[in-house]
Amino acid sequence: MKFSFSDEQQAFRESIRRFLADKSPTTEVRRLMETDEGCDRAVWRQLSQELGLTGIAIPEAYGGQGFGINELAIALEEAGRALLCAPLFASGVMAATAILKGATGAQKQALLPAIASGETVATLAIAEDAGRWEASAIEMMATSSGDAFRLNGTKSFVLDGHSADQILVAARTGGAGGDADGVSLFRVSGDADGLNKKLLKSTDPTRKLARLTFDNVEAELIGTKGAAAAPLRDTLDIAAICLANEMVGGAERLLESAIEYANMRVQFGRPIGSFQSLKHKAADMLLDVELAKSAAYYAAAAVDEGDDDITALASISKSAAADAYMQTAIHTVQIHGGIGFTWDNDTHLWYKRAKSSEVFLGTSAQHRERLMQQTIV
Amino acid sequence: MSEITEESVRAEVRAWLAENWDASLSLIDWRNRLIDSGWGMPHWPKQWYGRDLPVGMAAIVEEEIERAGAIGVAKTGIRPLAAATILVHGTDYQKEKYLRPNLTGEHAWCQLFSEPGSGSDLAGAATKAELKGNKWVINGQKVWTTSAHVADYGLLLARTNVDEVKHKGLAYFIIDMKQPGVEVVPLRQMNGHASFNQVFLTNAEVPPEEMVEQEGEGWKIATTTLMHERRGADSLKRYQKPKDLPERIYQEEAEEIRVALEPYTWYPQRAGRVDLIVERARETGTDHDPVIRQEIAKVLILSQCAEWTARRARAAQQEGRPQGPEGSLGKLASSYVAKAANNVHTMISGADAMLTGEDSPMGGVIAEVLVSTPAISIAGGTDEIQKNIIAERVLKMPKEPRTDTDRPFKDVPKNLVS
Repeated sequence: MKFSFSDEQQAFRESIRRFLADKSPTTEVRRLMETDEGCDRAVWRQLSQELGLTGIAIPEAYGGQGFGINELAIALEEAGRALLCAPLFASGVMAATAILKGATGAQKQALLPAIASGETVATLAIAEDAGRWEASAIEMMATSSGDAFRLNGTKSFVLDGHSADQILVAARTGGAGGDADGVSLFRVSGDADGLNKKLLKSTDPTRKLARLTFDNVEAELIGTKGAAAAPLRDTLDIAAICLANEMVGGAERLLESAIEYANMRVQFGRPIGSFQSLKHKAADMLLDVELAKSAAYYAAAAVDEGDDDITALASISKSAAADAYMQTAIHTVQIHGGIGFTWDNDTHLWYKRAKSSEVFLGTSAQHRERLMQQTIV
Repeated sequence: MSEITEESVRAEVRAWLAENWDASLSLIDWRNRLIDSGWGMPHWPKQWYGRDLPVGMAAIVEEEIERAGAIGVAKTGIRPLAAATILVHGTDYQKEKYLRPNLTGEHAWCQLFSEPGSGSDLAGAATKAELKGNKWVINGQKVWTTSAHVADYGLLLARTNVDEVKHKGLAYFIIDMKQPGVEVVPLRQMNGHASFNQVFLTNAEVPPEEMVEQEGEGWKIATTTLMHERRGADSLKRYQKPKDLPERIYQEEAEEIRVALEPYTWYPQRAGRVDLIVERARETGTDHDPVIRQEIAKVLILSQCAEWTARRARAAQQEGRPQGPEGSLGKLASSYVAKAANNVHTMISGADAMLTGEDSPMGGVIAEVLVSTPAISIAGGTDEIQKNIIAERVLKMPKEPRTDTDRPFKDVPKNLVS
């Protein structure tokens, strides 16, 4: 296992950082978060077509860049840092991974090139009103009539579900709620008849969430009927690892803003950063962020190396990053004092992303329990 | 002269060992032979028992000595710190007198820096050194002195001038520990062990030729010692395994190692024994308790993240890249791991956590964890000092205004008892 990035990876990171500094300043974040679509189409086109970020981990055979999760994670860390408003996570991580893990060769050929190029925005719908991202929690039923399938029920907390062109949906073709078996993966067109899409009011307005109701919606089976549990688990593991990398990017940005403010703000005739109470808080923040980064980097590299413990690593990195991000956000508001609680100050943008990330794809407590099931049974 | 390469050094030391290593010698006779050859400290100057080889070659030579089943120079305890400091700052007289018996292991050393009144603030040392006639007369108290009870000589930081600012009024001495003015009293810790000593200096005497460099240079020289201490922080591991062989020379080495390691038997417990957590949870059935499972997971995650962070730091070092902030965080991280592990061991043991010794889990190992972890947040730089260092050096936060560096030491506020 390598514990450092190559020169090429560093250069890749720097090019994304420069691009996002230019295209996703907080003025843009604030503008886009107020819109329903939550994305600038021109920027999306550039980042998928010129930078190739959407297809970074999609094999070249399917129109992608053919890099690994390592590189995808770098892109997400930078996106998290810049609080990029775009369906990169929905399309490039969740939908692309689900297709790569669960679809037939022909389906990959049919779906992935348009996702890689950014022409199609896709997403993955797993959680329902109970808000749980696991196969066993799925209750939505798929019924078949001949070769065709029809979906009935509800999906919620679907990332960019209101705007996606293609929606991958996990639903039951067998078993009952509580079973991991009997779950299948389907593709539904975003403009299908009987699909009702409601944009939810989300605490973090940069992360658009939708509730989708399915009334006899026509769906294409993806992969093998009843065999989606394993590809879904793999997809959710990789998504959790990618989210961890996105989170540490945001956490580091918060830390930097907190230190910059502490060193500039003067009270009692001294920069407040010269007080030990703030230094000690800052040192703890750095420790939290660096430990979480180590886990996020390790887990991403482990996916590319075919490590056997990806489920455990996903839970370690997700919970470490979520706890670090939230704690860093709380401290960053505190270090800014009154100004940190205002709408005009940018801290709350990341604070809200941290809060949302804390529960998206499962809370830290759920991931710790999941880790224990891997470690101690 | 041919170029020095790793291969040429290996070949040369191998040939010398094949010719000279003799397990039937006494430990001291062998080490004298090794020291005379220059292979004991190959990176030292030729004039002083070395061969002027680059520092990087020392590890190569050590490997070859190990491979031959031979024994290197004495490296236990404070000896390497004393040797390194004297080599850099000592007079020829001091080098002549102290270096060889240090390397043979005939002399044992201790470090007399910390005082009851100056712990984190080492430069605040108040132990007095006064020149009376042709002797320096030392009065004061040192503390946390590992192996003082077996030491022949001590590295002493003492104050010769209270009218100077604090960092300028110090001198560095080599003090003979076997004299009436030096009283060594074991310091019993809250976990019952006595790994350290208090050293009471009452009109102890040091001849002027035992001062290292000049008055006023003490802090600079202490910094050299401390730098070597930090650099060698994990060298403890190197001599943890004595060879279990019958010849006298191995037995003598094993005894030297045993004496040096005796103070550290509880150090694994100080770190929290994360390795025992899952086993203990299983054997107590607490592995099914959802609350305890959460706490176990927190410790496992924290300690795993700390381990990966240390490996990131090492990778940067090995690749010659500038080390990121990850390099400064290890000590603080282990402190938090130990605290969290203590908490979990307590939850797992339940009422048994009230017991110690043979009445308690694992024959007292867990009990020792529960009363030893506070030490890791203090020894070698408290968590608070670590955080100041991280904040000021890594995060570049401004230093606090100081009130102890702008006036003579005598006017600096001090502890009432120091």
